[in-house]
Amino acid sequence: MKVININLSYNSDFVSQVEEESGQKLNLCYQCGKCTAGCPYTAEYDISVSQIMRLTQTGQKDKVLQSKSLWLCATCESCTARCPNKIDVARIMDVLRHMARREGYTGIRTVKTFWDSFLNSVRSNGRVFEVGLLANYISHTGRFWTDIGLGPKILPKGKIHFKPVEMKGKKEVTKIFMRFKQESAK
Amino acid sequence: MNKPLNYAYYPGCSSTGTSLEYDMSSRAVCAALDINLTDVPDWSCCGSTPAHTVDHSLSSALSARNLDQVASMGLDSCVSPCPSCLANLKTAKHRMEDAGFRDKVNNLLDKPADTRVETKSVLQILVEDYGIENIRKKVVKPLTGLVVGAYYGCILNRPAELMQFDDLEHPMAMDNIMEALGATVVPFPLKVECCGASFGIPRKDVVMRLSGKLLDTAHGIGAMALVTACPLCQMNLDMRQNQINKANGSKHTMPIFYFTQLMGLALGLPEKELGIGKLCVSPRNVLDAIDANLKEKAA
Repeated sequence: MKVININLSYNSDFVSQVEEESGQKLNLCYQCGKCTAGCPYTAEYDISVSQIMRLTQTGQKDKVLQSKSLWLCATCESCTARCPNKIDVARIMDVLRHMARREGYTGIRTVKTFWDSFLNSVRSNGRVFEVGLLANYISHTGRFWTDIGLGPKILPKGKIHFKPVEMKGKKEVTKIFMRFKQESAK
Repeated sequence: MNKPLNYAYYPGCSSTGTSLEYDMSSRAVCAALDINLTDVPDWSCCGSTPAHTVDHSLSSALSARNLDQVASMGLDSCVSPCPSCLANLKTAKHRMEDAGFRDKVNNLLDKPADTRVETKSVLQILVEDYGIENIRKKVVKPLTGLVVGAYYGCILNRPAELMQFDDLEHPMAMDNIMEALGATVVPFPLKVECCGASFGIPRKDVVMRLSGKLLDTAHGIGAMALVTACPLCQMNLDMRQNQINKANGSKHTMPIFYFTQLMGLALGLPEKELGIGKLCVSPRNVLDAIDANLKEKAA
């Protein structure tokens, strides 16, 4: 087991920032482990969710923000639903990945690229254009064979469009993203 | 019904593509029950999961633009078939009750948003506003002999304070509807477990494991089919069922219906209106078995 001397690396600014952005009290966590027991992603995580909670509580900023787990949380809300102290754990996970992004961590490249491709599609079209999203993802990851086998299965179903659906207010949506970018740069 | 049921309808992006049959069957069932759905005229994406993983004000701004449109339609509630849209629209309304957060979101929009409208799922209005007993009265073709498990997915009922519908660990809304339609409902122990959500593209292995477990369990308890209320759950279990079989060495051929499709069939609506042909795993054997049971009963 790895031992961390929390007196040497406690980052109090990190703790208060997480508390402020998530609206949660970190010291309410008493490490019962119920979140980890119910988390469907524990098998994939490099640091389990209850350990993320403990590391965050003890101000271990770098260790937390480097964790791949932040990028694998699906916000399924099991942890939040089952926490005996009513901590919104899923919201803390969300806030931690906001911070990880701001600090420039890529986490899991394919996941980040997928989420970015999704949002690029919304920014340009106002709605998600599934084929465009996939093309964007493939061009950034080179994973051409991803789901190619599904083509023959779903193409005849008439569910896939090769052009985005036009909507009137797509510029309004683009402007939301532009203003968000400006605000984040401040 | 005593008073007419009128709602704004927010289809969500997947309704225009991969979950077309959920949209078709939701509209068809509501029309058959005289529930009026009026489309939000120029709806845009709610931001889904990717937006809230980037920033909460961005996510709420994308949702608030839609809530504001519903308010200008003069309707006080909005329905969406999709749990992810539902969660985002409800979260935006809830978080924007905080003045500081509200200002932050409004700063991103062309004009401040009126976010007073409530959003509910199609499932919730059918159960709470229309009522199970009223649904039962409308059944013309009972789903006799169909053994089905109800799979709700993770976010339809969670977090409880926000969603305010059914039970967060053991929801029964779809089980009760299926029972009212004449199906035999087997209690599905993984009702609210996660299917792997949107990791199908970036981390397919995760979906193979989680959705595989759902199919194995459904098969193990003797379900002939699963019924869902979420585009992402349905897509992972249906469209990816062959991939799951290949990855896990399983041999599932389990139809994965939207609950609105089975409702439509029991209400006597034609398969075409319900997009039955758009399912990837063919439900033909299961539907033929229901028909055979009905004929046998009539004879």
